[in-house]
Amino acid sequence: MHPAPSVIIFTTLSGLGFGLLFFLGLGQPAVTGTVAFVFYAIAFGLACGGLLASTFHLGHPERAWRALTQWKTSWLSREGVCAVGALIVMGLYALGAVFMDSQWTLLGWIGAALSLATVFTTSMIYTQLKTIPRWNMELTPAVFLSFSLAGGALLAGAEAVAPWLLAIAGAVQLAYWAKGDKALEASGTNLGTATGLGDRGAVRAFEPPHTGSNYLLREFVHVVGRKHAQKLRMIAFVLGFALPLLLILTPVQGVAIKHVFAALAVISHLAGVATSRWLFFAQAEHVVGLYYGKR
Amino acid sequence: MTELPNSTDRKMGLVIDLDTCVGCHACVISCKGWNTENYGAPLSDQNPYGSDPSGTFLNRVHSYEVQPEQGHAQLIHFPKSCLHCEDAPCVTVCPTGASYKRSEDGIVLVNEDHCIGCGLCAWSCPYGARELDLAEGVMKKCTLCVDRIYNENLPEVDRIPSCVRTCPAGARHFGDLGDPDSDVSKLVAERGGMDLMPEMGTKPVNKYLPPRPKDTIEEEIDILAPLLAPVAEEPQGFMGWLDKALDKLPGGAN
Repeated sequence: MHPAPSVIIFTTLSGLGFGLLFFLGLGQPAVTGTVAFVFYAIAFGLACGGLLASTFHLGHPERAWRALTQWKTSWLSREGVCAVGALIVMGLYALGAVFMDSQWTLLGWIGAALSLATVFTTSMIYTQLKTIPRWNMELTPAVFLSFSLAGGALLAGAEAVAPWLLAIAGAVQLAYWAKGDKALEASGTNLGTATGLGDRGAVRAFEPPHTGSNYLLREFVHVVGRKHAQKLRMIAFVLGFALPLLLILTPVQGVAIKHVFAALAVISHLAGVATSRWLFFAQAEHVVGLYYGKR
Repeated sequence: MTELPNSTDRKMGLVIDLDTCVGCHACVISCKGWNTENYGAPLSDQNPYGSDPSGTFLNRVHSYEVQPEQGHAQLIHFPKSCLHCEDAPCVTVCPTGASYKRSEDGIVLVNEDHCIGCGLCAWSCPYGARELDLAEGVMKKCTLCVDRIYNENLPEVDRIPSCVRTCPAGARHFGDLGDPDSDVSKLVAERGGMDLMPEMGTKPVNKYLPPRPKDTIEEEIDILAPLLAPVAEEPQGFMGWLDKALDKLPGGAN
């Protein structure tokens, strides 16, 4: 799949933002006043920034509101509904925390649930696609949810759970790569089933339908970056999980240094998740590539 | 809207004969022509006369080589367009309701005024049947020439999809695949019409007729074989001497 920057930025930033909103909704940390303002500004900045980025790849962004209508069948529509719901509920909750010095617990819990639901519905947009076996696995929602929770815990300064959540997210990442590498073969789809000619002999793409490129090849057959996939996996794993874990577990003296270490952990995690997300798209093979003798 | 109909009154679709298709691409051109001038946004081209031309097409013809374990390889031309699936994933994933399947004839269409151009329907299609038009920013797909097949302004002979009307080899057939007594259904039954990627669970309406087995006339050709056999496997006489002499020169033989 073509790793479109808009979608990578969207899933990375909004995943982190909704992760932070989840913890804030649970009252972790139970902040009010100016400190709360900073926390909510970061969370809304990430969540909304990501959502805005996702509209950049639309052919008609001005019609985006229509995407809220088909929640009965469409995961993309459900994601839109959950995102709007989470932002409204958490916005009200933030108003209480910042300006009225109060924690409306029930509202926070609803907001936290909607934030997590947003991340889950995002992941289901990819998971539902049988055409991309590497995404069509139960581990895909696990990747999105565990990353979002780990990043949210890091940003929220939830010291008790952050190391565990980072470790879990790292493990889920490794499992996803291991299983994903076998997914296309395991799906049973190949040029033989694609053409229906497989039982007659070995099928080979002899001549493509056109001499130039087309939308399908640009969108679905991305092979450029796969060469460095193993190195990028190492970078993603170290930056995303190993280094942040090391940074938050290192015992340090003083609040200032602790904050610097925490900030470094967040930046490292963000860079690692963005790299992982790039691989998520670049390594995903769409079965339509088979028709072109590619994958 | 994006909920699929439980059943459709008819299942209009195409039957494509892989045995007959000669790979001339006439269906591709007639499709592009008709659908650029008629239903919906035109099918645009980008940089059509430049060094890297590309464009939107609703129908494309691939060519495949099939090498059986025994015998000669076979070349098969393979036209591919929307299969108007009964269980069309492109419809249910649409967030806006722009994609829909008609309950009266099963045709899958896009309401271009509601399409936001997110591309998810193209992601969900295993067959590459949908292409986002770069000029219009909306999704384009085969309409089964919905503006021809019911068009009473056209002579009756033309009330079939443009690709079917154009095919000079008679490799494309149009009809109701939901009616077991229709010509296309009989053709599918007789020739063992098949689905593409049945494991995807899309239940395509369009069917492909597999190539007929090659005849085995080679056995009979043996009558003439002695007359056609090579005279000498090894070079003789002057050519033999030259071959040996050249072998002895330094530089080695290939």
